[in-house]
Amino acid sequence: MADESKAPKSPESSQPGVSGSSPAPSAAGAPPSSPAKAAAPAPVQVPLDNDLSRRYREHFGAGILDALEDRKQSILIVGVAQLLEIARYSRDEEKFDLLEDYTAVDWPRREKRFDLVAQLYSFTHNTRLRLKIPLGVEERPSTLVPVWPAANWLEREIFDLFGITFHGHPNLKRILLPDEWQGHPLRKDYDILQQDTAWVRENLGIESGQ
Amino acid sequence: MKILADTVHENAAQKTDTLFGADELVINMGPQHPSTHGVLRVKLKLDGERVVGSECVIGYLHRGVEKIAENRTYQQFAPYVDRMDYVAAVSNGLGYCEAVEKLLVAEAPPRARVIRTILTELQRIASHLLWLGTHALDIGALTPLFYCMREREEVLKIFEKYCGARLTTHAFRIGGLQYEAYDNLEKDVERFCKDFESRIQQYSDLLTGNSIWIGRTRNVGLLNSADCIALGASGPVLRASGVKWDLRKAMPYAAYDQYKFEIPVGTRGDTYDRYMVRIEEMRQSRLICLQAIENIPAGPIMARVGKVLKPPPGEVYHSIEGPKGILGYYIVSDGSIQPYRVRIRPPSFINLQALDKMIRGHLVTDVVAIIGTLDIVLGEVDR
Repeated sequence: MADESKAPKSPESSQPGVSGSSPAPSAAGAPPSSPAKAAAPAPVQVPLDNDLSRRYREHFGAGILDALEDRKQSILIVGVAQLLEIARYSRDEEKFDLLEDYTAVDWPRREKRFDLVAQLYSFTHNTRLRLKIPLGVEERPSTLVPVWPAANWLEREIFDLFGITFHGHPNLKRILLPDEWQGHPLRKDYDILQQDTAWVRENLGIESGQ
Repeated sequence: MKILADTVHENAAQKTDTLFGADELVINMGPQHPSTHGVLRVKLKLDGERVVGSECVIGYLHRGVEKIAENRTYQQFAPYVDRMDYVAAVSNGLGYCEAVEKLLVAEAPPRARVIRTILTELQRIASHLLWLGTHALDIGALTPLFYCMREREEVLKIFEKYCGARLTTHAFRIGGLQYEAYDNLEKDVERFCKDFESRIQQYSDLLTGNSIWIGRTRNVGLLNSADCIALGASGPVLRASGVKWDLRKAMPYAAYDQYKFEIPVGTRGDTYDRYMVRIEEMRQSRLICLQAIENIPAGPIMARVGKVLKPPPGEVYHSIEGPKGILGYYIVSDGSIQPYRVRIRPPSFINLQALDKMIRGHLVTDVVAIIGTLDIVLGEVDR
């Protein structure tokens, strides 16, 4: 938690210019990895430039903010405005028919505070693709439920734990925490010991919840 | 089941036309209902005894595992993942350890990978056995439970001899294994596998051709392959709908690329097919174990990853074929000793989402069978 200062350094979409600088410090921190790899420490994050990323760029132009590869896994950083179109295109044209996972990461010191992270899988090509969508606090991304129904509970979980609201979701309410709970625990400013004491007192009849 | 006085009166106009009224009734199943396998609450909207709608209420076991991860070191968090799917702790541990290894750009040595494979396949058998016993019990067949527990005990004994724990084993470490395999591990596994072949036949004799079993499971809880993929359902649920796909084959991890095994598939995607798929999966797991013990490579069991793990900044997603489906870990590192974010993709949580679609139109008694066939563990659903 203390290391949020790393946020601007990591190659997040808003500053594509710094993406090249990141692997250098990482290599210095890597010596305890396996001896074979340590001999020639390859950069873990490199720009992605393959047919897939080119097709996406062709279709969406400025909608694709950046494309990179981290530990041989493809990542596309996409703008929130075209999220739904990109999702549809991914499913129908690129055959990413499975939304394997959908989650968020909080970067409180960044201008765009959140990253939405979708892991896509294609049964046809047996490949994975990760979509990352930088998101400001006030922004409301459109729901992916019409494209992948699996997003339903996953978006509810993101709403529950991060407080991100999805535009057009059929039933956006808390899923893991009680409906009346205040606060969103996976945000970085929500301390691990913090809780909704009023809710605990009222519903459990105890002071601390411990 | 407790009946709530929560009757829906939207059909009040029709009420006068029929003798008993045509109101829809909302009843509450769980969270203390034994067939929900934990603390799952399902609100059922009924028309007579037919389900016309449902809503799952989950979160009773939410412990904030992902939040805890951000406040522990990589190694400290490893035992926590055992407590998600607590009947398949070894599989959870494998997924987490491999994900962190990928993040470190390290790899476990061959010996560790083979031993991991053996234990993980034994865990799959144990998890499926517990599922089979309780699922049959839910439907009314009491006997299989005792047989299943008998064999599961043998697996747990092997775990106990290996690492001292039976349930939340924490069997693996990031970079390999904490413990060397004990002297007779191969013999124990071999003995278990030899016996197990006839034991699977016993369950099969009890259930596969049993007309009551078929009556309760055939065409119950249908889910076709398109719906499975759309809803993200994975594991035996997906395979029973006819999709021949298994992460162990599609993207091999551990030592699975060295072994021959089949991916069993169903045709209709009903509860009976899912039963057949899991039975066959146990047979295949047994075969993998037998192949693996034949040739356990010598060598170190730990890669040199260091005592303090500081993965280079970046992120990784790694998923394995858990007993219940795709078990994924998405880990973001900021270069410190604690993960910046750990996201766990729980198979049970996402499979449970399909429940509503599967139970519509069925009787309340079938809901019990369908919850059982999804093979959910609430510790993992709620995390």
